[in-house]
Amino acid sequence: MPDSPAMTHGTQELANSADPGNAANSAHPEHPPYLLHHFESAGQQADAAGFAMWLFLLTEVMFFSGLFTAYLIYRNWYYRAFVAGSHQLSVVWGTTNTAVLILSSFTMAMAVWCSKTGRRRELTLCLTLTFLLGLGFLGIKGIEYHEKFEKHHVPGRHYSLQSFLYPDSDAAARAAGDRPLPLDDARHTEVYFSLYFLMTGMHAAHMVIGLCILGFMILRARAGAYTAGHATFVENFGLYWHFIDIVWIYLFALLYLISRH
Amino acid sequence: MSANTIISLPDQGTAGVPKKNYLTQENGLLSWLLTRDHKRIAILYLLTTGFFFVIGGMAAAIIRLELLTPTGDLVASDTYNKLFSIHGIIMVFFFLVPIAPAVLGNFLIPMMIGAKDVALPRINLLSWYLFTIGGCVELYMMIVGGVDTGWTFTTPLSTHYVNTNVIAAAMGIFIAGFSSILTGLNFIVTIHKMRAPGMTWFRLPLFIWSYYGTSIIFVLATPVIAITMVLIMLERVTGIGVFDPAKGGDPLLFQHLFWFYSHPAVYVMILPGMGIISEVISNFSRKRVFGYTAVAFSSVAIAVFSFFVWAHHMFIMGISTYSALVFSLFSMLVAIPSAIKVFNWSATLYKGSITFDTPMLYAFGFIGLFTIGGCTGVMLATLGVDIHVTETYFIVAHFHYVMVGGMVSAFMAGLHFWWPKMTGRMYPESLGRLAAVILFIGFNLTFFPQFILGYLGMPRRYHFYPPEFQVLNVFSTAGASILAIGYLLPVLYLIWSLKYGAIAGNNPWQATGLEWQTQSPPLTENFTVMPVMDHEAYDYEWLERQTLASQNLENQSQANQSQVRPKETEVPRAG
Repeated sequence: MPDSPAMTHGTQELANSADPGNAANSAHPEHPPYLLHHFESAGQQADAAGFAMWLFLLTEVMFFSGLFTAYLIYRNWYYRAFVAGSHQLSVVWGTTNTAVLILSSFTMAMAVWCSKTGRRRELTLCLTLTFLLGLGFLGIKGIEYHEKFEKHHVPGRHYSLQSFLYPDSDAAARAAGDRPLPLDDARHTEVYFSLYFLMTGMHAAHMVIGLCILGFMILRARAGAYTAGHATFVENFGLYWHFIDIVWIYLFALLYLISRH
Repeated sequence: MSANTIISLPDQGTAGVPKKNYLTQENGLLSWLLTRDHKRIAILYLLTTGFFFVIGGMAAAIIRLELLTPTGDLVASDTYNKLFSIHGIIMVFFFLVPIAPAVLGNFLIPMMIGAKDVALPRINLLSWYLFTIGGCVELYMMIVGGVDTGWTFTTPLSTHYVNTNVIAAAMGIFIAGFSSILTGLNFIVTIHKMRAPGMTWFRLPLFIWSYYGTSIIFVLATPVIAITMVLIMLERVTGIGVFDPAKGGDPLLFQHLFWFYSHPAVYVMILPGMGIISEVISNFSRKRVFGYTAVAFSSVAIAVFSFFVWAHHMFIMGISTYSALVFSLFSMLVAIPSAIKVFNWSATLYKGSITFDTPMLYAFGFIGLFTIGGCTGVMLATLGVDIHVTETYFIVAHFHYVMVGGMVSAFMAGLHFWWPKMTGRMYPESLGRLAAVILFIGFNLTFFPQFILGYLGMPRRYHFYPPEFQVLNVFSTAGASILAIGYLLPVLYLIWSLKYGAIAGNNPWQATGLEWQTQSPPLTENFTVMPVMDHEAYDYEWLERQTLASQNLENQSQANQSQVRPKETEVPRAG
């Protein structure tokens, strides 16, 4: 069993614990209160949880891969429509959002460090910052979605080809120097926007779930739950948060930056 | 018991089911609904999947009754469409996929590797709830009018043309999919991180290897069906154009995504069965499985290959000749690990001390039926034959041979084999053998005529058929009624055995697995002391030494006149 090194790690965390309320735990390092009954040691428990989280992220990769496959195929088929569609997205908002999300990943990484080193107040601060940055990302995404609604770029019955058939009538298309698309190509922009809303929507859904968990974590962190030697939950949530971040970086490049080199 | 059995039971006069076990640990409905014990969750799964099997089975019964005559005189055409759709959806997603992993896997994996529980017990319970919620959504779908796309949800039929409850059906599958993902994830983590000291990878029972392969498929393939179901739902609700040819979308993309899950999923419906058969064959021929390493790796190979064969469902759908050729080749390659297993099981029998107890009869049925199902699979992987018989009853017969003849036989073998461990009591052996034979006869009578029907050109999913096909259809329906008896009989005697079955004792089969070295039914924490694995899997000599040692111990204690309680714990180990 690969336990011995992990075990020392676990007890070390306990010894480092700054919370005086946990002195009692330190007295019995082999049976801390968070150790579930079916594990032999805290190290085994942390190992299993971390491994499970990585596996879960693998399933998430497979989940998104269905969408990325669709994107790959349609972008190859309908390249001109995809270029015209992506010109309708705001690179400024997209870049801002990328920066916001990367910053939130940084604060999340700090939160993990705070949790491991037992800094309760700093942990709460970092988690709150991450929460606010995540909320900010969704806000900016909301602004962008609103623009699409106004211009009838949401796929469905009210989808409008105006910006693609007559690019001169559209500020964004004019700025990008778009030429009018043939009707066939123009209609394929609906596929682009279908994928845009699917991919960013699925990403936003993951953000919302993440924010719910973050809210719950902030409450528990204030009560000192993660600074008493058991950082696994914060660590694994951090992995999830970074995963969402990485997905966004791909989405940003694939959806916003077609032909903008 | 007669000579042709290896059952060794404790003295029925004095023995009893241990008072303290996982079933009696706590009482009341809540203690079951909030349990984190993998064995109780397995029982919950057994009840729910059993319930769905009854629903799917009833749909099948009506279909077979309808097909008794060439004209549709029992149900209307659209009802018939809904019946085979419900049969498919329920049987695939709510019976075959969860049955072996979630029932036997949950119960046995921690015990076989010497752990107290799965790595994530709360996630395990969550997965049961997700499964049940998904199932309830399907029940709702049936009550409000059903769905008639078949279990394959072919686009654009499902997204644009039918007017039935596709969204509810897809939603149920989406939710239940997460139950599969979490179960697979849990198993992988458990097998990696929870093994007892000394339980190295190559000492694991082959059951564990095949469940590991199954879990790989769960983890990698199920998310893809989840996103595909989301796309179907969104396409229906909002009118996005991913699969809609009118908007530039491609219905073939749906086929790719759907079968990327659904083909690996059919290996989910057979791999666990192979694990069960390895255990049963070894035990009832009293021999280590021949070629342990090859059988172990063939499980992983099947799991890996399963991801490279999906397009053989699309040979008639306009994929390129070149890719059809490649996928045809890959599909044939799957026959290699499957054949390795079948040959190694057969070689295990050679010079073994074979007894024909119920699980072994089911296992023999499995090998024969799976071989037929597998060989027709190779036929179907051949491009020319596939184009001739695609969408005919040949396909129906082929996958029922693998899934029902294979998986259900294997599950019955496993259920009988581990029933004494789950309940502490034996099932009636002679009735068990009778049921196994009935199942085998009924199954062949039902599905063999369908091979002929399909080869003659009778299409699947049709309500009416030409009168010259009637004789074979009558055979098939007659077989289905025998099959129904073969399912009903075990349900009745297994329930009977809960109260009146003989006391099983720790190890009625004299089997070597760790799960047999503890009391039956087990304690909530499985083992009183953590077991240490100091021998290879299927080491029957080790078992003999253990039995001798424990007999000596008993003789000694009797000689000492001490009042030691009957041993509830496992056999003490040497070394």
